Amino acid sequence: MRARDLLHPRPEGLYCPPGDFYIDPVRPVGRALITHGHSDHARSGHAHVLATRQTLDIMALRYGEDFAGTTQTAVIGEIIDIGGVKVSFHPAGHVLGSAQIAVEHGGVRIVASGDYKRRADPTCASFETIQCDVFITEATFGLPVFRHPDAGHEVEKLMKSAQQFPERAHLVGAYALGKAQRVMRLLRDNGYDRPIYIHGALVKLSDYYQNQGIALGELLPATVDRSGKENFAGAIVVGPPSAFADRWARRFPDPVSAFASGWMRIRQRAKQRGVELPLIISDHSDWDELTETITETGASEVWVTHGREEALVRWCELQGIAARPLHLVGYEDEGD
Amino acid sequence: MNRFAELLDRLVLTPSRNGKLKLMVDYFRAVEDPDRGLALAAITGDLNIAAVKPAMLRQLVSERMDPVLFGYSYDYVGDLAETVSLVWPDAPERRPNRPPTLADVVALLQSASRSDGPKVLAGLLDSAGIEARYAIIKLVTGGLRIGVSARLAKQALADFGDVDVAEIEELWHGLAPPYLELFAWLEGSAPKPEKAAKALFRPVMLSTPVGDTNLDKLDPADYAAEWKWDGIRVQATCEAGVKRLYSRTGDDVSGAFPDLVDAMDFDASIDGELLVGDPREATGTFSDLQQRLNRKTVSAKMQAKYPAFIRCYDLLHIGAEDLRALPFAERRQRLEAFVATLDPSRFDLSPLVSFADWDELEALRKAPPHPIIEGVMLKRLDSPYLAGRPKGPWFKWKRDPHTVDAVLMYAQRGHGKRSSFYSDYTFGVWTGAEGAEELVPVGKAYFGFTDEELRQIDKYVRDNTIERFGPVRSVRADRTTGLVLEIAFEGLARSTRHKSGVAMRFPRISRLRWDKPSAEADRIETLEAMLD
Repeated sequence: MRARDLLHPRPEGLYCPPGDFYIDPVRPVGRALITHGHSDHARSGHAHVLATRQTLDIMALRYGEDFAGTTQTAVIGEIIDIGGVKVSFHPAGHVLGSAQIAVEHGGVRIVASGDYKRRADPTCASFETIQCDVFITEATFGLPVFRHPDAGHEVEKLMKSAQQFPERAHLVGAYALGKAQRVMRLLRDNGYDRPIYIHGALVKLSDYYQNQGIALGELLPATVDRSGKENFAGAIVVGPPSAFADRWARRFPDPVSAFASGWMRIRQRAKQRGVELPLIISDHSDWDELTETITETGASEVWVTHGREEALVRWCELQGIAARPLHLVGYEDEGD
Repeated sequence: MNRFAELLDRLVLTPSRNGKLKLMVDYFRAVEDPDRGLALAAITGDLNIAAVKPAMLRQLVSERMDPVLFGYSYDYVGDLAETVSLVWPDAPERRPNRPPTLADVVALLQSASRSDGPKVLAGLLDSAGIEARYAIIKLVTGGLRIGVSARLAKQALADFGDVDVAEIEELWHGLAPPYLELFAWLEGSAPKPEKAAKALFRPVMLSTPVGDTNLDKLDPADYAAEWKWDGIRVQATCEAGVKRLYSRTGDDVSGAFPDLVDAMDFDASIDGELLVGDPREATGTFSDLQQRLNRKTVSAKMQAKYPAFIRCYDLLHIGAEDLRALPFAERRQRLEAFVATLDPSRFDLSPLVSFADWDELEALRKAPPHPIIEGVMLKRLDSPYLAGRPKGPWFKWKRDPHTVDAVLMYAQRGHGKRSSFYSDYTFGVWTGAEGAEELVPVGKAYFGFTDEELRQIDKYVRDNTIERFGPVRSVRADRTTGLVLEIAFEGLARSTRHKSGVAMRFPRISRLRWDKPSAEADRIETLEAMLD
């Protein structure tokens, strides 16, 4: 069987004709397999959803219990048969519950990685390399300029700045699912034991992480009604990036705006956003991880999706690996 | 090297002056000699390293990676130094056990010959991580562009050692990197360095605005008045054959004015205004003067067309005699006698303005006899020449600013305390034929309003946004809707860099005209009529 007959793009998303299912569809479909809970991959309104327990929980938290007609839990590593197609979920290391989806039929195995990273992350299971014929890789940071530093070092920068400017609040913009919890956990692992203040948009997901056994320490709501403005002096406040441009941020004294994102690698990006303290912390693979992963999977063909496809396709060509961009629509780099 | 790289990265993104000072002071405290002194020299532009051309950087990187991938990368980042620092292949096996210090890097770069320069640079880039690579490339390509002036760096030194910045300025030109004796003094472990060099800078005396001062309480007979010339304040100092022209912050600007320096044939220190033209015939406008500013080299043609001269205000030193403690009236007499001995095409005296009372002076201030006069100065006749900006002895009383009614077009979010406010405004005036008017941007202002007014404008911007580009919002502005801002500014020059063809000096918002319909804002012709 040809790989493109096993999976190919349709306007709804990546479609598997023999199994009659979609992976991360962007429009409501009959049967959806979801890699992880970020809103551009996990949408509500499908008749049937297959995903890891944690991804299903996260979708319920974000969209309400009735986010899909019926749901089915995919156990990591277990093979599920869908219309003769063997499907299995494997850790992607992106955020809590994130998985790659391996699809095998007629002697061809394709791995759709979803978003993934290779760095150690105490808030989710580590990426596992799955041997395959075709590897579908993301390319959010698919340019040789993206080389993420050690995340622990970035958090040290944040703690150092909080010490250096004790009269100012440090506002850390971080995407509400995954990044925010990772930043908080990194702070704890670095010995930061003061309360961390969080924006309301982070509460449900952070509680869920804590319930899943990922300790984040003492989290307090970043509200001013009970405490005066000066109480946030020297504090670290985490919230979604959009909130810091908003009136919400006015409750903090002379804030230092920080942003935890792989995009912060580019100075001009930081400048444009008015970020004073860029923290290069990403939940996506950087260039070196992308190219190493492609090599490790042993794939003879690579399909590249959402991001800077052309550079990764070029790299594959130079390595003698067949590669093409997979033009899927509807995925944004959700705030990383 | 990593600490220096981190400092650069923080400085470039920290908008507030106090934040930058704090970062530098902490760096001077945490980092040992000679690295901190070399970092200081890099910031003030006093570090001498043979420059590397961008073409050579490209050459080095093209030997190491696929040119197509480099092209994609450079297109995306847009800055050569940054792109190279990011894509340079990591070579852990070539990393030394101890990361190179700034001193190691500077020593290697300074000892490199022209022919082995590329090899030395490549070796350094191999030995460093991404941030350090960026800092190294910035050092060799010249110009850190981190938004820190030499003056601010000196202020950081003053804060670090808890001394007056005037003391640093006075010593500065007698010191050289890595400034060991300076740091030792500031840390209290050594005496103040001796002023060893010749023709050092003497900290300038500045004035305070008349502002709310009640002039009626001052006796006009205690003050001399003179015109406030709108050139650049300079200090011409010569000692034992060493000639220096300093800006008022103590930067040596001699290189840009060789014609003037040639004529500095004396042993003294003069405070004056740098202007262009021939003082015996005509004084050039500010636009003329701008032709001579911010140039590294100046052609003979430029020197002939816009000759530089000094209009003298004060005399600080003559021979071995320090006049600064003398009263103004006495210094003025000495100055008059002294200027009479100088080349009259290069030096003249700033004339005193006689007046009987404040009303008469105000009338003179409002109608100055020359376009490059921006007001009057008041100097107490008994005032000694003091460093800095003492309150009382000298006042500046500026000409009233020009104003124009413009329409708010774009708003950008501010920084720090203002990071959640749209606080930087681009405004425009009408152009085009009747019935087809459109707004053309003429300037940008980010102060002149109260906190309450800022809140009101911010709300207006949020309620009237038509488009967003990152931190910038485009605001509804047409013939029927729009916020009119009264803009005050000091002068207007022709500009080929702006679509409107004009550039404002020192624009700020003087009033919010909520009452004024946008269609009644000014037209570009009004501004064109005001051109210098």
